[in-house]
Amino acid sequence: MEIATESFTPGMSALGGALIGLSASLLMLSHGRIAGISGIVGGLLETRSKDRDWRLAFVLGLVVGGIALMFAYPGAFAVGIERGAVAVVAAGLLVGFGARLGSGCTSGHGVCGISRMSRRSLVATGTFMTTGAVTTFLYSLLAGGAS
Amino acid sequence: MRHAFAFLVGLIFAVGLGLAGMTQPAKVIGFLDFTGRWDPSLAFVMLGAIAVHFILFRLVLKRKSPLFAGAFQVPGSLHLDHRLIMGSAIFGIGWGLAGYCPGPAIVSSGGGSGRAILFTAAMLIGMLLFRAFMAWDARRGDERVTQLSR
Repeated sequence: MEIATESFTPGMSALGGALIGLSASLLMLSHGRIAGISGIVGGLLETRSKDRDWRLAFVLGLVVGGIALMFAYPGAFAVGIERGAVAVVAAGLLVGFGARLGSGCTSGHGVCGISRMSRRSLVATGTFMTTGAVTTFLYSLLAGGAS
Repeated sequence: MRHAFAFLVGLIFAVGLGLAGMTQPAKVIGFLDFTGRWDPSLAFVMLGAIAVHFILFRLVLKRKSPLFAGAFQVPGSLHLDHRLIMGSAIFGIGWGLAGYCPGPAIVSSGGGSGRAILFTAAMLIGMLLFRAFMAWDARRGDERVTQLSR
């Protein structure tokens, strides 16, 4: 295996990760909630949700954060997506449904759950890392053969 | 005040994702794809996030209650069920297919990426489909119980 040294950013990635960990800790301190993005967004879509306000405020923070990055650090969106619209829609549907069915995504299971040393989150993270790796492998195999 | 705090926490989360490289799908796919030239950056995102949260989470839980809520809501289930495995497997397929997970997709939508907006819209529909699935599953369960009790 060869490391892609030109795109490898250990320092920036660890710093960004530390901010994610800080943010998750602040949400636990302020609202007593796990910073799982799929859970926070999913709660907004529930019909009888009584706590929409903080969820909406948090998601708004994510969107405004994206706008701020666009101006202050456009490099955050430098390398775009190489997938077609059909693949992107299919991926979105799978991510939305799967994260809700599995009670979490990369943030809720991968960061918060593993920090709590939750057995469920360890298994979930191992599972989605594996199917993710298999999917990228199959995609490059099929797309590579076609092009 | 409490809503301003939640907004700020979301903002920090977004900046973290942006600096980490998570808002660049090609980078995420470069991590998941072991077969080509591998980009291990994502492992450093997780290491940084877990190292900080591992310590701060434990310090926070020393308090009796959160600042703006009655109690801490930490999942306590230890049970590994089909739903967890199936859901995570499906999630991973979508993640590997486009390189977006929910947080980075929302942040990149704010950043003006058309593909991210498309992904986020599909993701919300996927979540609504899950809600419909749960309602259907509950109804089916009720019917089964009614039949059994007859």
